[in-house]
Amino acid sequence: MEGFLHQVFAGVANGCIYGSVALALVMIYQATHHLNFAQGEMATFSTFIAWALIQQGWPYWAAFAVTVAVSFAAGLVIQRVVLRPVERAPVLTNVNVFIGLLLIFNALSGWLFDHTVKSFPSPFAQESFLKTRFFSAHEMGSFLVMMAVLLALYAFFRFTSLGLAMRAAALNPDSARLVGIRVSWMLAVGWGLAAAIGAVAGMMVAPVVFLDPNMMAGILLYGFASALLGGVDNPFGAVIGGLVVGVLENLLGAYVIGTELKLTVALVLIVGTLTLMPAGLFGKRVVTRV
Amino acid sequence: MNGPTTSTASGAAAAPADGTATATAPAGAGVWRSPLFWLGLALAVAALCVLPFLVKNYRVFQFNLVLVYAIAILGLNILTGFNGQISLGHGAFYAVGAYAAAILMERAGVPYWATLPVAGALCFVFGFLMGFPALRLGGHYLAVATLALALAVPQLLKYKLIEGWTGGVQGIVLNKPEPPFSFRFLGQPFNSDRWLYFFTLAVVVVMFWLAWNLLHGRVGRALIAIRDHPIAASAMGINLPVFKSLTFGVSAAFTGVAGALGASVIAFVSPDSFTVNLSIFLLVGMVVGGLASIPGAFFGAIFIQFVPNIADEISKSAPAAIYGVLLIGLMYLMPTGVMGLVRTLWLRWRSRFSAAASSSNARPKET
Repeated sequence: MEGFLHQVFAGVANGCIYGSVALALVMIYQATHHLNFAQGEMATFSTFIAWALIQQGWPYWAAFAVTVAVSFAAGLVIQRVVLRPVERAPVLTNVNVFIGLLLIFNALSGWLFDHTVKSFPSPFAQESFLKTRFFSAHEMGSFLVMMAVLLALYAFFRFTSLGLAMRAAALNPDSARLVGIRVSWMLAVGWGLAAAIGAVAGMMVAPVVFLDPNMMAGILLYGFASALLGGVDNPFGAVIGGLVVGVLENLLGAYVIGTELKLTVALVLIVGTLTLMPAGLFGKRVVTRV
Repeated sequence: MNGPTTSTASGAAAAPADGTATATAPAGAGVWRSPLFWLGLALAVAALCVLPFLVKNYRVFQFNLVLVYAIAILGLNILTGFNGQISLGHGAFYAVGAYAAAILMERAGVPYWATLPVAGALCFVFGFLMGFPALRLGGHYLAVATLALALAVPQLLKYKLIEGWTGGVQGIVLNKPEPPFSFRFLGQPFNSDRWLYFFTLAVVVVMFWLAWNLLHGRVGRALIAIRDHPIAASAMGINLPVFKSLTFGVSAAFTGVAGALGASVIAFVSPDSFTVNLSIFLLVGMVVGGLASIPGAFFGAIFIQFVPNIADEISKSAPAAIYGVLLIGLMYLMPTGVMGLVRTLWLRWRSRFSAAASSSNARPKET
């Protein structure tokens, strides 16, 4: 029983990471109805920036803040420069551009920071008050960071006028434009936020899986699975989906199929969700009028 | 060329600007009767036959891979270019084809040429099954599902329960097929790589002939109609589920045949040769060659075979960076790829030529 609970809680900790990647995916999906395939590589690149800053002797939280800010700006710029020309292009064009971004960021990480596997420090000391019976300090810490991100996002969308404008732009772009919201810029802010959330997720996961240019490939897949399971247009669904996927993955890995088939679990989850329950757990059912 | 052909062709030339792949412009019907065409074809065949004897063995090996990739890209193009179903996971079908061939050759002693139809049939079944959930997934969702497939394949191939068949992480080492006869030509021996070159070339001809006939008839028009306007297509009486899942199967079968050929050419299969990168490279090859273009597959294959070799000399990360920049750049500047460019230039040249001819005949100029 003790072991079982341990697996569940470790799953919750992983699930937080998947949830935050899913959250970043949902941010962009809500605004543009595109799934960003480059999300994982962008997060990895952000994590490398944090690593470089920490190597320079910066304190952890200063590096953390600067990385999040830089990622936000980079996301904004990428949307303005790379994505805006193809905003209304067919899906295949967008997928190709995303794959192009994925390749570029992967190559940049490898080129600037080389391909050796690096360890990444955790801000939460091993033996601190955060360590509990079932959680290690880092697991508890990343859970709290994740919840803080979620609350901050909720407050942003609920209580600020920029958040309201972004929701309006996502819900009904034409009407939003008529009341004076610059819809295209709202998309850019959405990209910035997604990049920032991705950076947080990357920095939280790097101490666990170690840092290398391909760190996020599998995690992105779990992020997709979480986002789809939770309902791809629902931020809270994404987080719940992440927790469910994290626990499920850990239990299946420990008791049923072993760790070698983890990505296959993601494949089955993605195909299964999309086929059997396309709206996910909390998503809106979409009806298309012909 | 005659007048009516020119007017349809220049109409088609104006179309490719909207980012979507456009249907192949009809080749002039008169081209088959022109002696120049046959002369050109004869020269091309002769050049292709002499080529492997002019270069070193390693180059022949690379040419073999180009031909193999051309078939794989053609398979992907049938699905994505012509039918509009995005696949980021065709490397998976390539892997299935390669492993099917390797297991048949190694464990069952089947000759290499007999593995191709088996690999094709197996991949057809797999593709058809994958096409089933794909019916419910549009655009991005299908891309995600196929990407997941591509990421999962190396793990599945390493799985313990099938290790007896697949050889696990070690993979399977094969013997290259021996040529049935041997001779020397231009000082080069006719060895197994050169024999495989001709064998692969023959398979390429057959596969491209099949694809050409498939795509230039009723079926091809149905596929393009489904891509461009599914609702209108089904109103015209096209059975969407049947066509889409069959297309997935056919596309997977082409890529599976390529995989089986690739296993013979490289004489080695292992899980780590079929990572997600393979799928992405096939996608890059397709976009570079030209979406919805049959001959474009060759340009794409040449690109993905030789550009990494050149770029590797700059840096280990350079090929991926070049692919990425090119993928985005092509989407902005040349969404129809190399073949789109070739076609545009050819039509422009021809319309200028025919405009000059028609103005000398004092006929109204066609625009």
